[in-house]
Amino acid sequence: MLKVLKSGFFTTIQDAGRFGYLNKGVPVAGYMDSFSASKLNKLLDNKIEAAVMEITMTGPTLLFEEPTYVCLGGADISVTLNNNPIEQYRVYKIIKGDIISYGRLKKGFRNYLAIKNGFKTPMVIGSRSFYYPLTDKSHLGDQSELVYEACENYNAKISELKVDSFLDEKILHVAIGPEFELLNDRQLEQLFAKNFTVAKDYNRMAYQLEQTIEGHSHSMLTSATLPGTIQITPSGKLIVLMKDGQTTGGYPRILQLSDKAISILAQKKYGDTISFKLVRLNT
Amino acid sequence: MSKFSISIRPFGVHAILVEWPNKVDEVILNDILRFSNFLETSCLDINKWEIVPAYNSITLILRQEPIQFDRLIKRLKQWYGECGDSKPKQKYLWKLPVCYDLDFGIDLEEVAEKLSLNIKEVVKQHTENVYTVFGIGFLPGFMYLGGLPKSLEIARRATPRLKVQKGAVGLAGKQTGIYPQESPGGWNIIGNCSVPMFNPKSDNPCFVSVGDKVQFFAIERAEYDLHKIEGEVGIYKLEKTKWDA
Repeated sequence: MLKVLKSGFFTTIQDAGRFGYLNKGVPVAGYMDSFSASKLNKLLDNKIEAAVMEITMTGPTLLFEEPTYVCLGGADISVTLNNNPIEQYRVYKIIKGDIISYGRLKKGFRNYLAIKNGFKTPMVIGSRSFYYPLTDKSHLGDQSELVYEACENYNAKISELKVDSFLDEKILHVAIGPEFELLNDRQLEQLFAKNFTVAKDYNRMAYQLEQTIEGHSHSMLTSATLPGTIQITPSGKLIVLMKDGQTTGGYPRILQLSDKAISILAQKKYGDTISFKLVRLNT
Repeated sequence: MSKFSISIRPFGVHAILVEWPNKVDEVILNDILRFSNFLETSCLDINKWEIVPAYNSITLILRQEPIQFDRLIKRLKQWYGECGDSKPKQKYLWKLPVCYDLDFGIDLEEVAEKLSLNIKEVVKQHTENVYTVFGIGFLPGFMYLGGLPKSLEIARRATPRLKVQKGAVGLAGKQTGIYPQESPGGWNIIGNCSVPMFNPKSDNPCFVSVGDKVQFFAIERAEYDLHKIEGEVGIYKLEKTKWDA
């Protein structure tokens, strides 16, 4: 068992996500920065679907009651194990009574803590990812408890990974969305020449962008949307859907973020700058 | 059977959109359902693909790898040509119990007044009609229902409520529907459905599929409370009938 002594701002459990129920309106959910989270699972030799802890902005204080191995990565946050600083993408052995404590956020927005064999929160429709009200909780509260399998001895194939940080990356690669053709020359120029900043309204469902581009008056019928879909509202506001985003929408879907771009954006917060770069599709 | 001119376009790297003419039309929906069933049963590996039909489109998502668009577009056109005689999935008519008491139908009096009807007439018209599920989305288990009679069309509320109850049945524009969970919302609330539209603990968490039919029937408060108890212990049985049309 792991005791969450202090939970931090918004700490959840996430795995690769919920698949097969988009046609019933169930969002994919899962870790926002899949790039960092899956690296950590790999480092621990975990299955691809092992659940990790997603830490947002300010992190938790965690008391481990059984031996295991952990590693963390993603946003740059100062973290200690029994008051000694620990590094990212490095496997640490945990013994009973160890305390991991998150400190100050330096760069990025979401950090991941992976544990040997993953956290064992309840499976709901094929996934352990928190998504309220499908799961009982939207995020972990103070004093909540998490189940994991004790692991006494594990010989890591590699104990450390060198990961190129993308926390400073500002360019998001995008492919065309189904309504891309509706954009006029002015809108195209604005989209690809401008810098955008993350607006106040940003969370696991969607990131809104501060700057608008020229609006439109196209009306379309509700149709599927995906994590990474960029919609344009009639007033020219851009909304980037993320992992908990709704599965259908009625605004033109002009662009679609690459998988890596979703991870890059997931590490951005209010006021951070981004720009878009169009990449060719595989034909 | 009628064939439509369909448009097939990339939707990022992992998805492709197949789109029919921009109309809310049951003939189009049936064509979509026939094609999506054909894709599911005869063309695509459903362990790899997700198929999302809604109104006038099907979105196909291949999560694990990038799509080879030229090849897929060619094959989709060919498959669409071949699916003409294939059967769509069996559709069902679901009878959903709604309590229109004023405790639940918090906007019912206002709605009746605005539509120049009395409450009884609103309930009668709302329950007489059979609705078509044109899409499921927005929230898990939220149905986009088509077929609302013109006489019940009413603008959404000027200011949305921060909290609308789970099960709330609402009217907005050309739409009627059920909030499957507590959520903010701007629809006019006229009742509450006693059956959960989404049950995450069930193997089949959402019994309704796109293309199915829905009809509401009015129940008294006592019956509503009974359904709730039956629902909790899992013995409430919904009425469904095969719908062939």
